[in-house]
Amino acid sequence: MSRKHLFANEESALHEGNDASLQAASVQAATLSAQGFELPTVFHRPAVRRFNNRRQTKLICLVSAAILVAIALIGVLLMPVAMESDLSQARQAPSFEHPFGTDNLGHDMLIRTVAGLSTSIGIGLFAALVSSIIALILGTVAALGGKKADACITWLTDLMLGIPHIVFLLLISYALGKGFWGVALGVAFTHWPSLCRVIRAEVLQVKQSSYVAVARSLGRSPLYIALHHVLPAVLPQYLVGLILMFPHAILHEAAITFLGFGLPPEQPAIGIILSESMSYLSVGMWWLAVFPGLALLLVVLLFDRAGQGLRRLLDPARAQE
Amino acid sequence: MASLVARNIVKFIVLMFAVSVVTFVLVGISPIDPVQANVGQSAYASMSEDQRADLARYWGTGTPLFERYINWASAFIQGDMGTSLRFNAPVSEVLVNRSFNTLALMALAWVLSGIFGLAMGIVAGIKQGTLIDRIIKGYCFVLASTPTFWLALIVLMVFAVWLGWFPIGFSAPIGKSAADITIFDLLHHIILPALTLSVVGVANVALHTREKTIDIMESDYIRFAQARGMSRLQAARKHGLRNLALPAISLQFASISEIFGGSVLVEQVFSYPGLGQAAVNAGVGSDVALLVGITLVSAAIVFGGNLIANILYRVIDPRIKRRGDAL
Repeated sequence: MSRKHLFANEESALHEGNDASLQAASVQAATLSAQGFELPTVFHRPAVRRFNNRRQTKLICLVSAAILVAIALIGVLLMPVAMESDLSQARQAPSFEHPFGTDNLGHDMLIRTVAGLSTSIGIGLFAALVSSIIALILGTVAALGGKKADACITWLTDLMLGIPHIVFLLLISYALGKGFWGVALGVAFTHWPSLCRVIRAEVLQVKQSSYVAVARSLGRSPLYIALHHVLPAVLPQYLVGLILMFPHAILHEAAITFLGFGLPPEQPAIGIILSESMSYLSVGMWWLAVFPGLALLLVVLLFDRAGQGLRRLLDPARAQE
Repeated sequence: MASLVARNIVKFIVLMFAVSVVTFVLVGISPIDPVQANVGQSAYASMSEDQRADLARYWGTGTPLFERYINWASAFIQGDMGTSLRFNAPVSEVLVNRSFNTLALMALAWVLSGIFGLAMGIVAGIKQGTLIDRIIKGYCFVLASTPTFWLALIVLMVFAVWLGWFPIGFSAPIGKSAADITIFDLLHHIILPALTLSVVGVANVALHTREKTIDIMESDYIRFAQARGMSRLQAARKHGLRNLALPAISLQFASISEIFGGSVLVEQVFSYPGLGQAAVNAGVGSDVALLVGITLVSAAIVFGGNLIANILYRVIDPRIKRRGDAL
């Protein structure tokens, strides 16, 4: 086997970025050197062998999504158990039996935390869906509906962003009588402005593109153009915006519940757990605050990871960052 | 210039009007009965009809929403923001007292997060791709996902309960008369909440500054400076810093809304008597006048922050300075 051929082999392996063929080439090289051939010097070879970025990103997305779905499902199943209290087990520090410890009434904190996270994910899902649909509709109308519609929607967006988010959530939750719907609708109605701006800009860009102009001069109806040209173009942005809305929605749900305007106290929720833990801080029951908060942080990070990953997959220009 | 000022004044008035209407409507449609929320079930049940009618008049539950708004608005124009039923004092007085605490807290946190964020962003940007860059980036991503109130709880637990370095709450020692409270007392009480609040604000500025620094370090003028023999660090300090500082400052102004939101949570955890805590109190106790007052003040603070940010953007970037551009 000629030297040239070996090079070509290495090179094609590198071009494909295919681990298997790279390995085959190096095995081949090893056997060749064992047979007394002189080994060629390889100048370009990745220092660390790894997955290519796209595969890695896909994997991260899938794993995060799987963990989140698992937490949500397990949480729903654990809901009845989370309500059970066992006073003989009250106030226990984390142990093998109760990894997150138990609270004043003997609730197992791990079970309560998972159940609470499941509630949070549910509310986040609902709120992000509603909010993103509002954003999609308003953003499209602002971009396509003429000057007056645009001015109105821009003003509304500015108004929404003009009141601090938490204060707005307080007001909406209060208006709806607090409780589950107070927090769910509050979070759902307040997260659309930034995505609305993105979608408006995106639609404006598509509107000015030549293929839309061609479609229009071919006599396509506005509805046809919206469904066949605008929608596919903004869909990636919409999906990414939707997923990146989750972390915000979940954090706000927890915050508003913590302040006492959200879920009722008997429901297992991270906000409730943490606001209850405040009374026991000075007694030294640190586990009541530490673990549920960490779990919430983890869920938020997972959503963020999944969203960022999806953005990379959908936007090849930024995929190698 | 004059038209610019006029336009912003009009914008501000329209905003205040809209915010007050929104707040009134939201509070007005609430199914929560302020009388029962404040008096308590058992006390309410044992009252005579006369007393109940008196209370309803006191809390204004009988009057229709529109009428209440007109009454409030006409008084507001004359400078009367109504009476806080919860604190039993004029709303303006409560607001002034509370605003001082909140503004001090926010200002301290705002400056700290700006300085830390800028420094971290520049270091990460100059050392792009190195370990320290990764650490800073990771730190920012984790922080951006951290619930503010949880962080506040942890900080409170570690530094106030365990180590005992700082007081557990309030803005001044309990049981000390107002005259005896020193500036040291106030500082001692504000440090923990302000630090917590600033830690949360760091991520945004740091990540933004990092991107900017990377752009600048790849620019021709930095390359030229290095060609003249300056080190990377020197070049960044001499030529990069002023290009980085102003955008970061304007970004900081634009993020005042978030800092205010964070202060509501932090005040609640640290029992710090500021606007945020008053807002939660007003919401729990259905104190409409106070709730409207606080919403207006918070919207005004956010408006001010955005206005300064927009002005700074124009100062920094002459390209934005277009005639008739909406500021």
